[in-house]
Amino acid sequence: MTKKLTGDNLFRILAASIAASAVFILIVTAYTLTTGSSLVLQRFGTSFLFGSNWNPVEGREAFGALPYVLGTLVTSGIALLIGVPLSLGIAIFLVEMAPKFLRVPVGYLVELLAAVPSVIYGLWGLFVFRYWILNYVETPLSNYLGWMPVFSGTPFGLDIFTAGIILAIMIIPTVASISKEVITAVPNSIREGAYSIGATKWEVIRHWVLNYGRSGIFGAVILGLGRAIGETMAVSMLIGNATGPAAIPTSLFRPGQTMASLIANGYLEATGPLEKSAYVGVGLILLLVSLLINVAAQLMVTRVLKVKGGAVEQ
Amino acid sequence: MKTKHTITIAIVAIAIIAGGAIAYMFLSQPNSPNSETTVTLNGAGATFPYPLLNTIITKYTTQAKTNVQINYQSIGSGGGISALKSKTVDFAASDAPLTASDMASAPNTLHIPETIGAVTIAYNLPGIPSGLHLTGKIIADIFQGTITTWNDPTIQSLNTNRTLPEKTITTIHRSDGSGTTFIFTGYLSLSNQQWNSTVGQGKSVAWPEGIGSNGNTGVASTVNGTQYAIGYVELAYALQNGMSVAAIQNPAGNWIQPSLTSTQATVQSGAASGLPAGNASWINVSLLNTSDTNAYPIVSFTYLLAYKELNVIPQMTQERATALVQFLWYVVHDGQQLAPSLAYAQLPSNVVQIDEATIQSITFNGQNLPTS
Amino acid sequence: MTNYILRKFKNQLFFILCAACVVIAVIPLISILYEVVSRGAPQLSINFLTQKDADGGIGPAIQGTLILIGLTSVIGIPVGLLSGVYLAEFGNNKYAASIRTVNDVLTEFPSIVVGITAFGLVVLGIIGSYSPLAGAVALSFILIPIVARTTEESLKLVPNSVREAALALGAHKWRTTLSVVLPAAKGGLVTGTLLAIARIAGETAPLIMTVLGNSYFFQGFSSPMDALPLRIWRDSLQPYANLQAQGWGAALVLILIVLSLNIAVRVASRGRLRR
Repeated sequence: MTKKLTGDNLFRILAASIAASAVFILIVTAYTLTTGSSLVLQRFGTSFLFGSNWNPVEGREAFGALPYVLGTLVTSGIALLIGVPLSLGIAIFLVEMAPKFLRVPVGYLVELLAAVPSVIYGLWGLFVFRYWILNYVETPLSNYLGWMPVFSGTPFGLDIFTAGIILAIMIIPTVASISKEVITAVPNSIREGAYSIGATKWEVIRHWVLNYGRSGIFGAVILGLGRAIGETMAVSMLIGNATGPAAIPTSLFRPGQTMASLIANGYLEATGPLEKSAYVGVGLILLLVSLLINVAAQLMVTRVLKVKGGAVEQ
Repeated sequence: MKTKHTITIAIVAIAIIAGGAIAYMFLSQPNSPNSETTVTLNGAGATFPYPLLNTIITKYTTQAKTNVQINYQSIGSGGGISALKSKTVDFAASDAPLTASDMASAPNTLHIPETIGAVTIAYNLPGIPSGLHLTGKIIADIFQGTITTWNDPTIQSLNTNRTLPEKTITTIHRSDGSGTTFIFTGYLSLSNQQWNSTVGQGKSVAWPEGIGSNGNTGVASTVNGTQYAIGYVELAYALQNGMSVAAIQNPAGNWIQPSLTSTQATVQSGAASGLPAGNASWINVSLLNTSDTNAYPIVSFTYLLAYKELNVIPQMTQERATALVQFLWYVVHDGQQLAPSLAYAQLPSNVVQIDEATIQSITFNGQNLPTS
Repeated sequence: MTNYILRKFKNQLFFILCAACVVIAVIPLISILYEVVSRGAPQLSINFLTQKDADGGIGPAIQGTLILIGLTSVIGIPVGLLSGVYLAEFGNNKYAASIRTVNDVLTEFPSIVVGITAFGLVVLGIIGSYSPLAGAVALSFILIPIVARTTEESLKLVPNSVREAALALGAHKWRTTLSVVLPAAKGGLVTGTLLAIARIAGETAPLIMTVLGNSYFFQGFSSPMDALPLRIWRDSLQPYANLQAQGWGAALVLILIVLSLNIAVRVASRGRLRR
């Protein structure tokens, strides 16, 4: 009797302690970020979160993360604005409209978008996509709508707009696949009920299916937002790398900076402990924002998908 | 069975990965029949001297000392100084000398001027070749955003022989901590009072506007890819990429095109005397705006930085310390001959003498090291 | 009647729009693949794949990526696997529930933050210099939560009857798990792991401040090292056409590695129960 218990207990304890590695990773990360940013937070306090200057010159030091927080929000906002409708369209197409033989290959192609590493999106964006956007979207927009503040400035391709569009492409697989699950989870009885009163397919989808799954889809959107916020490489290569007050997003066609791209572009070259601490501080804010959004998303998605039995494909 | 497929695939994947890594281990063995063990040195820092430093390193490791491998990462002067402070590299390169607080947090660091280069103002103006006349004051205004279009009267009046387009100027600056920025902003601070009081000089400054790019290469790349852009790059990069560069007015009043000759003219008048010893502060040394009539005004030393006592660096050994000292000696002697072909000015003899004394003062565990 | 025609029209329009969404989303994928292949393929040669930087090759980058995959797997797969086993087999308590939440949180950490952590922990702390281990630690922080989650899901798919049968025969729980449940879930475990590896092979941000980059082959565990994503990033920012071309070649190699892992997983899991 005792032998059995010891063997099983050992195994259980071993597995439980290894599983604690997750907590270890979380604690190490939180600790490193907090101690690393303590210098800059002590020196500047809340003005670090709300200030806009970024001046490492000795004697004039000032560090503020606000432009990058705004830059992150704006680029992610553009990503959602463009990416979510596209993702929903794809999800609807795959679940409701596509002929059987197309479903798997097309679904797979969309999933492949997620397999491409971020740095390759950036490489492609830098040499190919940026000129497409510049020539076919930004320049015409600037010519006709340049009087609007959001389109002001001469576009040259490396700006908030291009970064936002690349982000939109990158979140499509996430949002589309979860939306697909959500739409599939809508019980057929709902659809049949709607058809029976004479609704067209579009009406069924718009008024019944999407309605039923709206919290799950909202969760998918928030998860997509979470991905967009943490995305680093492609954004850092396309956003134009502004710092300080010049990085505050005033126009889509001006260079900007997100929290993640700031760190990627500048961390290695930070001189002095205060400047390094400032980068870590931005990292801390980024982490907190990302956590907030993802916790919210998890709550929403699991609430809807819990209805289905069996394991769910992420 | 499907699981069999998966297992096979997994095994194949692991075999490829492991086999590949091991195969590379064999491939990477140095080709020399030399039975001496390989010594590796790690350095990081400025992109300003990189074309020259890389050439010197290649020549040194393939011809002079084939058992030495020198890994230099050009991440910018700021990154180099940072790495030196945290002792994650054996030597650093920077165009900006150490500040007082740098020297306080990394005591006993030596400055070893390795070469002299010029910062050019490069631009991408279709149809307009090199030689656009610009003054320091105008350049500062452009980078401040006070002058916004190419055909601004102040620029056009200096260039009556060309019609400048009515296009917005896109300024490109360094986003990383850069010695080139230090030199450039130093020049702008001398030339424009408003720049001096609002922005000032530094490896990294609060740029009022413009796009940021990493490294001299990043700026060159972005200027070349963006029409109507202007940026600042070291001369070697401008030449290698066929960029159009501006002719700047020097204190003598002449419009000087950046070149090896005009850089050398600066050296003759600016670096002849009054230089500190290697273990002192070099923060006041400047080759900007020298007096020679043919001197280019934006010229600077660029330095190799090392600790005087090398045992402060973890994993430093006698072999590596010796290799480092010998490499530094090579840079300031044989390496100098590679400079002119890359448009860097050779160190004048008085600077070489200072460097020799500095290098000979480097110790490991208190012992001096042989320089050859 | 016109109302009906309008509704029918909207219906048709809607279909076209949805199909258009698919086309719009697929165009970038096709363009990326096309550009990477057309710009990168001319670079491929034995010299390119095996020689170091100074001789015109990306050998150190490929070696570095392989070493990182190897080290990360050694550190991360056992930890992730065992975590997943715990969560699936013993996971009906509050402790496991909190671990699950932490894991889900970890999968969404921005990768640059992971890099900063590994920099502080390994580069400044344990090793004292840029190191392949620092890179491996950073990548493991990304890999472990993913593997833990997919392991848990795969194990949960194994019907309880299998476990009960083994227990009825007198096997201990640990024996049951190792000899019966894990083999039964082999397919899902392997595919989950391969996908996680494909993901970390392409990560760049955590490598920037941990392995730094190197123009030489592997120089030991206290030296910087090159890696494919780093090489692509640095080359793309160069103004020299030959270095840019090198970047495309490296991108092609990386995409081949990542896509073949993905496609292998897809092929292998075609038979598996999907829904």
